[in-house]
Amino acid sequence: MTDLSMPQTRTRSQSATGKIALRWLLYVLLGLFALYYLMPLFVMLTTSLKSLEEIRTGSLISLPREVSLDAWKTAWSGACTGIQCEGLRPYFWNSVLIAVPAVAISTLLGALNGFVVAQWRFKGANIIFSLMLFGCFIPFQVVLLPMARLLGMMGIAGTIPGLIFVHVIYGLGFTTLFFRNYYVTIPAELTKAARVDGAGFFRIFWSIFLPLSLPIIVVTVIWQFTQIWNDFLFGVSFSQAGTQPVTVALNNIVNSTTGVKEYNVDMAAAIIAGLPTLLVYVVAGKYFIRGLTAGSVKG
Amino acid sequence: MSEWLENHLPKVVLAPSFIAVLIFVYGFIGWTAWVSLTRSKLLPKYEIKGFIQYDRLFDSPRWDTAINNLYVFGALFIVIAMVLGLLLAILLDQKIRVEGAIRTIYLYPMALSMIVTGTAWKWILNPGLGIEAMVQGWGFPNFKFDWLVNPDYAIYTIVIAAIWQSSGFVMALFLAGLRSVDGEIIKAAQVDGIPTWRIYTAIIIPSMAPIFLSAFIVLAHLAIKSFDLVIALTGGGPGYATDLPATYMYAMAFSRGDIGQAAASAMIMMLVVFAIVVPYLYSELRAKND
Amino acid sequence: MKRFALATASSLAVLAGTSVMAEPQAEVLHWWTSGGEAKSVAVLQEEFAANGGTWTDMPVAGGGGDAAMTALRARVLAGNAPTAVQLKGPAIQEWYEEGVLADISNVAEAEGWAEVLPASIAAHMQCEGTWCAAPVNVHRIDWIWANADILAANDIEMPTTWEEFNAAAEKLQAAGIIPLAHGGQAWQDATVFEAVALGIGGPEFFKKAFVDLDPETLTSDTMVQIFDQMRTLRGFVDENFSGRDWNLATAMVMNGEAAFQIMGDWAKGEFLAAGKVPGEDFLCASTPGDGYLYNVDSFAMFDVDGDDKRAGQELLAKLIVAPKFQEVFNLNKGSIPARTDVALDKFDICAKISAEDMGASSANGSLLPSYAHGMALRGAQAGAITDVVTAHFNSDMSSADAVQQLADAVANSY
Repeated sequence: MTDLSMPQTRTRSQSATGKIALRWLLYVLLGLFALYYLMPLFVMLTTSLKSLEEIRTGSLISLPREVSLDAWKTAWSGACTGIQCEGLRPYFWNSVLIAVPAVAISTLLGALNGFVVAQWRFKGANIIFSLMLFGCFIPFQVVLLPMARLLGMMGIAGTIPGLIFVHVIYGLGFTTLFFRNYYVTIPAELTKAARVDGAGFFRIFWSIFLPLSLPIIVVTVIWQFTQIWNDFLFGVSFSQAGTQPVTVALNNIVNSTTGVKEYNVDMAAAIIAGLPTLLVYVVAGKYFIRGLTAGSVKG
Repeated sequence: MSEWLENHLPKVVLAPSFIAVLIFVYGFIGWTAWVSLTRSKLLPKYEIKGFIQYDRLFDSPRWDTAINNLYVFGALFIVIAMVLGLLLAILLDQKIRVEGAIRTIYLYPMALSMIVTGTAWKWILNPGLGIEAMVQGWGFPNFKFDWLVNPDYAIYTIVIAAIWQSSGFVMALFLAGLRSVDGEIIKAAQVDGIPTWRIYTAIIIPSMAPIFLSAFIVLAHLAIKSFDLVIALTGGGPGYATDLPATYMYAMAFSRGDIGQAAASAMIMMLVVFAIVVPYLYSELRAKND
Repeated sequence: MKRFALATASSLAVLAGTSVMAEPQAEVLHWWTSGGEAKSVAVLQEEFAANGGTWTDMPVAGGGGDAAMTALRARVLAGNAPTAVQLKGPAIQEWYEEGVLADISNVAEAEGWAEVLPASIAAHMQCEGTWCAAPVNVHRIDWIWANADILAANDIEMPTTWEEFNAAAEKLQAAGIIPLAHGGQAWQDATVFEAVALGIGGPEFFKKAFVDLDPETLTSDTMVQIFDQMRTLRGFVDENFSGRDWNLATAMVMNGEAAFQIMGDWAKGEFLAAGKVPGEDFLCASTPGDGYLYNVDSFAMFDVDGDDKRAGQELLAKLIVAPKFQEVFNLNKGSIPARTDVALDKFDICAKISAEDMGASSANGSLLPSYAHGMALRGAQAGAITDVVTAHFNSDMSSADAVQQLADAVANSY
């Protein structure tokens, strides 16, 4: 912890007024930045509480004259996303079915891979790791068409397992990176000692490394969950009727080509679709920083 | 047999992931390279026709704009997001009372996809609806903030929104770095009477070098992949003034049925990625071998 | 002849015996996902269900169908094509050439589509002599909408030439009213551009330039004039037009901030939704000049396995072009029926004008496909033109440069 708020080099009289002024300045600055970050959320929230009439006539950035939750209700269970007008609700479950297994599998694989790369340094491990890391950088638009072909050949095109598969594959780079950077900080002697004691690969992983991994698991889960939940490109390309995730439904609500735009419903739907990730950040944000602290510095 | 397995188990564990990456990353890059040499239109064709797609690409004024925008956008976005992230992390590290809440506020944009926040940003930045109208309404009729609708400045609004989305994450990285700097060294420096700013510039920041690299990589990858952002905020406009390589490629591949052209632009993008990532990997691996 | 008879016989058998042979199934990929559009397509689903079919909805909105086309490519490459897909214009023929479309000629011939569709629209539905798509509606693109009160207050008539339009716009500008409500998105710029091109160049010119892509026409003086007029229009637009959605521009006309908007007839839906009355609160007229630019939405059937799906395709094709659906759908959507034998009693004045003009222009050969809405050209060429149009409109590029760039871009688009 770097506590520089009380520099001990100053004389007392200076620090009394200076400190308070500095403190104030600090809070004002932090507050201003908070406004910058909150502004879009404010616009979305206020718009979602207005009536369409008020949006048409009034300023777009102002508090609602009359607060109404109708738009939220419509977005959740009444907005049309095609010929069905059941809002986001039916699609939410698809997203859960996709995100939860994909996050779990890619995290587990990342942990195993990271464990191997960081602790069992065989010849070529570095090259393998960097080749995998490079996978993080491939633009997803590039992989759509060949991936579609392969999914078709594997017989999982348009299915939820297919989507899980795609998300796991393109999550591997980052999850391996996270765990590798974390496990690299654990002394290799630990593994060596365990092997001398006769413990096998999985035994060491399971009883020694995994219990130490909570912070980095949190980081990886947050990262992966955010990526997968918010994904639109894979969701729209590799789904079919009945397996479309919530981002596709949101897009269907928001993107009307030649119809009347209901901005209040759009905004409410947008916030609802983002709630799970928001919640994850709010609840687990603290562990996020802790996990990064543990994992990133020696990377 | 079981001894062999025991010895090779780590490789066996790693193998499926590695093979998957070989196929689904490098195989697909190879596929794209192949298609970029064909005249594929609506669907991929595999008959090689030479470098015509690259000729077309370099003849296209729109691609010029897209590549220039990538440089401008990428440089500004990476530098500002890093500086801002570091600044916020230092400010937040001063034993702030409501740190948890403020941190969450800075971090939440990363949780929302740009499909969601794009419309809000569009309104805020629109001169007739957003900040300009608001400030003018406060009694400053000469206030101007019309970057969004100005072809020469619109790319900077993309930078503003991109920084909004990612700087909180960078802040988290740096905050984590600050928290793991050895407190004893700092205390010693304070006792020695070294001024605060010197402690930061001479001790703390240099010790966070790996984080700068991680942040750079995360930001570079976001900059190159930036897509939703542009689509939601400007749709590439005014004109095509805010087009980026990713949006160019998508437009060619999916709205214009010009897959060969899209593959060529993808290959150039991959080259840019390669030029950025390989030096990083090199330094990363060298550091590890020390 | 024998083959024809056989085909007809088998199609009749399919149509008559669908419920016996197989339950009609259809997974339908479309981008009509919200508001009136979704309700319109729901009408089709209801009829499909009433005829014993099972409709599986696959809606993908965004970018005027871009996202849906992305999904379509992925599905086709995966060997898992949807049963029916919303496709339009030359894209139908492009997909046909990839060998993935199903032949629905037996339905078309049994139902006599050739007799009820205008010839140029029917041509879009055919691939090398066979029928491969079913038309849903006709949107007219070259509309100009106006706020009736503003025109009356400033003593302005609906313009019939671009000179009149410019004069009216200057008058309005002097009176402190924005003459032209416009949203600066590439497709909207292109929409205005093609209306201007049709007006100034005339139908012959339009066809040569935007259907045949004749290089001389693309670099002609007329084309320079057209870009000049675009530059003039740029002066009639407010300064915050960039990126504005078309419906916000319509709202400007509704609220009296602006006088005119040039936009396809879906803009009418926005007026009607706000309770405005055509002919009283707002006026509709074709943009100055002759001709008629159409945007026809249609569904193409993809090659799929399974009798139930093929039965679904035939039933769907039949229902789409049947008079009942054409009427109900288009009342909802703001467009007019593609077939010419539907009674228009229930339609509003703008729709009636549209239908009348369509008949007249079909007769004199000035019924033309909209380039801006993907009816006239394939994606690569249309996109190349739009790039130049929008770059010109949003910068200070000279008309001469624009014309040169236009020719270069088209040449580079193959």
